Amino acid sequence: MALVKVQQKAFDTAAEIKKLTKQHGGIGALVTFTGLVRGSNQAGNITTLSLEHYPAMTEKEIDRIAREAETRWPLQACLIIHRYGDLKPGEPIVFVATASGHRKDAFEAAEFLMDWLKTRAPFWKRENAGKDGAWVEAKKEDDDLAGRWQ
Amino acid sequence: MIISEPALNILLETMAHISLLYFAWVRERIGKSEEDIMLPATVGTVGELLDWLAKQEDAYADALIDRERIRIAINQNYAKPDDPISCGDEIAIFPPVTGG
Repeated sequence: MALVKVQQKAFDTAAEIKKLTKQHGGIGALVTFTGLVRGSNQAGNITTLSLEHYPAMTEKEIDRIAREAETRWPLQACLIIHRYGDLKPGEPIVFVATASGHRKDAFEAAEFLMDWLKTRAPFWKRENAGKDGAWVEAKKEDDDLAGRWQ
Repeated sequence: MIISEPALNILLETMAHISLLYFAWVRERIGKSEEDIMLPATVGTVGELLDWLAKQEDAYADALIDRERIRIAINQNYAKPDDPISCGDEIAIFPPVTGG
């Protein structure tokens, strides 16, 4: 069963990995991905990133994505943490960990989870630079990456 | 105008009461994050709801002008333009997501 956490507060990747490997014995391969707030975009420096989400749907949708991953790959453990609220450059936004007997399954499942999180989990990023800000546009490239798992 | 009770019942039966939620720039353009509305009986699907909303006020028309950039969820599940709307539904309208 996947563990999904949607939270405002920061997370400690080392502590999460330690907890996960302690709870699940016999893991042969553990793949983790951490997404961080970028410090700049084409327009210049970013002071904060605001992440809005749809609280009633977010965890449900991430659960559905995690269950889909579990039907496609033999995972021993699966953890997804996604933050919301105001974040600063360098702070972690998202964490995905997949554990399996062999690396190929863990790598593929982690990539699938990130591709589907990007295109299905109801979050919206707004990049702020001082008083100015703009909503981040969804990228076609992300849709294409998500589409290859259909 | 006074409406008799039987007439009122018929009227209420033909209208669906739904909750609407808006997020990100859809929320900003419409100027509110949620509202409860009564839908006329002629509005039966997600696509018809968007068409009907766009006719209500300029702010809605502006928010919903580019349907390619509008996503819908009915009761926290992604929906398509042809999907039916039922009384009591929670319908969220938002831009393509940008999390991760």
